[in-house]
Amino acid sequence: MITETAENQTLIEQTVRDFAERHIRPHIREWDESQYFPTEVFHQMGELGLMGILVPGQYGGSGLGYREYVAALIGISKVDPSIGLSMAAHNSLCTNHILMFGDEDQKKTYLPKLASGQWIGAWGLTEPNTGSDAGNMRTVAVRQGDNWVLNGSKNFITHGKSGDVAVVIVRTGEPGDKHGATAFIVEKGTPGFSAGRKEDKLGMRASETAELIFQDCIIPDSQRLGEVGEGFIQSLKILDGGRISIAALSVGTALGAYEAARDYAKERKQFGQSISRFQGIAFKLADMFTDVEASTLLTYHAADMKDRGEKVSLASSVAKYHASETAVRVSNEAVQVFGGYGFTKDYPVEKFYRDSKLCTIGEGTSEIQKLVISREILRD
Amino acid sequence: MKILVCITNVPDTTAKISFTDNNTKFNKAGVQYIIGPYDDYALARAVELKEAQGGTITVLHVGEADSDPQIRKALAIGADDAIRVNTEPADSYYVATQIAHIAQQNSYDLILMGRESIDFNSGVVHGLVGEMLGIPSFSPVMKLDIKDGKAEFAREIDGGKEYLEATLPLVLGCQEPIAEWKIPNMRGIMTARTKPLQVVEPVSVDDMTSLESYSLPAPKGECKMIPVEEAEKLITLLRTEAKVL
Repeated sequence: MITETAENQTLIEQTVRDFAERHIRPHIREWDESQYFPTEVFHQMGELGLMGILVPGQYGGSGLGYREYVAALIGISKVDPSIGLSMAAHNSLCTNHILMFGDEDQKKTYLPKLASGQWIGAWGLTEPNTGSDAGNMRTVAVRQGDNWVLNGSKNFITHGKSGDVAVVIVRTGEPGDKHGATAFIVEKGTPGFSAGRKEDKLGMRASETAELIFQDCIIPDSQRLGEVGEGFIQSLKILDGGRISIAALSVGTALGAYEAARDYAKERKQFGQSISRFQGIAFKLADMFTDVEASTLLTYHAADMKDRGEKVSLASSVAKYHASETAVRVSNEAVQVFGGYGFTKDYPVEKFYRDSKLCTIGEGTSEIQKLVISREILRD
Repeated sequence: MKILVCITNVPDTTAKISFTDNNTKFNKAGVQYIIGPYDDYALARAVELKEAQGGTITVLHVGEADSDPQIRKALAIGADDAIRVNTEPADSYYVATQIAHIAQQNSYDLILMGRESIDFNSGVVHGLVGEMLGIPSFSPVMKLDIKDGKAEFAREIDGGKEYLEATLPLVLGCQEPIAEWKIPNMRGIMTARTKPLQVVEPVSVDDMTSLESYSLPAPKGECKMIPVEEAEKLITLLRTEAKVL
C-alpha cells in the first residue's frame, strides 16, 4: 500500500526530476566551465517551492519536513551537485537560521522573500583563519547604543556576492567562549558591507563562493537573531540540520555518478560484450550501489529523527560522514568505469568527481564529523 | 465553468516494452507510468483557463487503483477533485461509454482530453464521447480560448491550421502547444492529499472487440555509414536492401 508520505515523496521526486531535466541539465557544462551562478534558476525553484521547503505556509514556504527536503535535494544534486549545494545553503543555513531563531518581525520580513526564491540567502561563520576552529573567529560586533558595528571578514561563503541577505555569526565576547558570539541579519547594500573575491574552485563551480567584508558596518539591534552570546550555540544547532543537507547532497552526487556508470557499463562493448558482464566492472557497480544505498538510508534516518524532533547530532554526523566519503569514492570509481572517456568533459562523471570533494569538507570536514561522532559515542 | 479533464495512465515514453502470456498481455513489471503527455497539455490548459476565468476542474480516469499516483499528480497540478472509474479499460468504446456516463450525470461545459493515448494511440475516444453525449467534438486542438460561453480554437489540419468557433458544451482532443506544460509545485503536492478522489464502479458495456495478440516491430538493423563520395551506393542500397525506392 502506498502511504501518503511515500506518495508525496514520489510526486516531489517527479517534480524535481522534470524541473532538473528541463532547466538544469541542458546548461550543466556551460555553467561549470564559466563558473556561472544561475540566479534565474533559483527564482524558478522558488516558484516550485524548493527554496523554502521547511518554512511553514504562513511565511510563504512549503511547510514540508526534512524527509521531503532530502528527497528534493537528492533529485537536484543527482543532476547537478552545484545547484544542490546552493539549494542546501539557502534552505538549511540562512533561511533556517531565521526560521529557528528569528523573532516574529524578522520572520515576516525575510522568510516570504527567501522561501519564494525572490531573495537568495547566504550564511557566514567561517573566516580566513578559523574554519573548524569557529570559536576563535575574529570578526567582531561592538555595541553602540541601539546599533552594532561590525568589522572583519568571512570567507568561503556560498552566495557571498549574489546573496540578497546574509546571516552572519560574529564575536561579541571573548575568543573561545561558547557564549562569545552573536548572529545578525545583514542585507545586501548595507553601508560597510561588501563582497570580496569570488573563489575559483575545483568543483561546485556553478555555486557561488565568495568573501564577505565588514568595515564599520552599522547594524541596528533589531537585526540581531536571538540573544546576545547565543550565536555560536545557534550555529551548532543549524549545522546539525545542515549536515543532513550535505548528506543528501552527497547521496545525490553519488547516485548521479553511479547511474551514469551503470548505464555506460551496459552500453559499452569490449571483447564482444558489454563491460557490465565482466566481473571487474560488475562488482565495482555492486560496491557503488551498496554504498549509495547505505548512505541513502542513513540520511533518511537522520531526516526522520529530525522530523520527530529528536536530537540529531550523532545521526546527522554519521550520515554526513558516510555519504560524503561515499560520494568521493563512488564518483572516483565512476570515472574508472568510463575509462578514457571518463577523463573527458564530454561525459558527466569527471564533474561528479570534482564536485564530490566538497562534500567531505563543507559544513564540517570528515575529521570534524569523526570528532562529533566519537564524542557522542564515548560520552559517559 | 465546469471542466472535465480525462487522463490516461500510460508507460513512460522511455519504458522498455515487452509482453507476457504468449504475447497477449503487456508486461507492467518495472515500467514507470505517467499521465498521457497529450492529456497533460489538456490539463495544463484547463488550469490556465480556471486561473484566468474561474471555474472548477474535475479529473476523470478509467482504470484501476495503480493509477492513483497519476491522479494525485493531476490534483497537484491544479484540478479540484477527481473521479476514477474502477475498471481495467477494455477498448476505446468501453472507455468512452464510462466517460459519457459520468458526463451525463454532471453537465460539464468543457470536456478535454489528449488527442490520443500514447500506448494504444487509437485517438477516437473524444469523438465517441461527443457522439454519445450528442455534442460536438474536435481534435487535434492546439489553441483554445473561451469567450462569452463560446470556444475559439485552432485545429491542426494537413499542412496548416483551421480556426473555429463553437458554443459550449464541447469535447476537445488536445495537443501541444495548447498550454505551457506544468510541473506541480510543493504546495500543490501538499494540497492534493486532501482533495477528493471518488472511486465509482463502471457501467456494463457489451464486448465489442477482443485482443488476439501483440507483436513488437522488428529490431533496428545496424547503421551503415556511406561516405559522401559513394552517394550512388546509398541509392543502390535503398533500392535493393531497404526497398524503399
